Amino acid sequence: MRTLIYLGIGILFGITMYKSEAASWFRIYEMFSFDSFHMYGIIGSALAIGITITQLIKRYNISSFYGEKIHIIPKEKGWKRYLLGGIIFGLGWALAGACPGPMFTLIGAGFLPIFIVIIAAIVGTFLYGLLRNKLPH
Amino acid sequence: MNWIYEPWPWYIGGPMIALILFLLLMIGKNFGMSSNLRTLCTICGAGNASHFFKFDWKTQRWNLMVILGAIIGGYIGAHFLSNNDAVAIDPTTLSELQEMGFASAGKAYLPLELFDNAIFTKPKTLLLLSIGGLLVGFGARYAGGCTSGHAISGLSNLQRPSLIAVIGFFIGGLLMIHLIFPLLF
Repeated sequence: MRTLIYLGIGILFGITMYKSEAASWFRIYEMFSFDSFHMYGIIGSALAIGITITQLIKRYNISSFYGEKIHIIPKEKGWKRYLLGGIIFGLGWALAGACPGPMFTLIGAGFLPIFIVIIAAIVGTFLYGLLRNKLPH
Repeated sequence: MNWIYEPWPWYIGGPMIALILFLLLMIGKNFGMSSNLRTLCTICGAGNASHFFKFDWKTQRWNLMVILGAIIGGYIGAHFLSNNDAVAIDPTTLSELQEMGFASAGKAYLPLELFDNAIFTKPKTLLLLSIGGLLVGFGARYAGGCTSGHAISGLSNLQRPSLIAVIGFFIGGLLMIHLIFPLLF
């Protein structure tokens, strides 16, 4: 049953990424060119509602649908990994035009070359695992 | 219901993302897509190469179901919910892209110059897609999250690290498009 819920949420996510065009390379390029409000509207409105939801859950100790306490894991302190990792991610996001969610949506939409991006992203994750002790965090 | 076949405006897309964040929180999970890439490494046996990949991947099976759903959602969106997949980008962006040689700009969902099946025989394009993917995977794990984990989940929880990461995403994206693209295309 829970498996179907995860699948259902994923389907909703995939449809949203495709239909809002957040999965389109063109929209990412346009965002970094500051030529359109579209992507800023998507992220901004998601964030405005997301902040409200998250803060309400925390302030009123709202329990999950299963009656359990909701744990929102805080990010580890620091800045180097966030800034450096963020810049590296941004370079790739603009080049490939897809972040790790929409990549999968694009498989379903039928774009086979996205497999190259996904395999390379898995390899990139693997390389991070190998090098992480040598990187500033 | 005709609107559903049109591209969704930002004021539908954004709240839908917030709904997904809400649903995941309310079933006791966190919204973060790039951790699936780490899980896939572990399934492929990366635990033998680095301690970073030594964890019980079955605890992340739920998130793999979410990306499986994202694939199905992409199929539904493209095949049943769209009449015309062309992305109506801003005219300034459009002419800029056409000057750079992206003839498919304004006519397709993704640039055919990068995502048409013909690219499988074009070494330069294969290299560009590989480098893009490599940077996304490496950067997301180094930063501890991607657009969903930092820009949506993390910022919603008012996390300073996520703000730094999102600033990094933008520095990287702007460097790529304004400094590196003119050298590539």
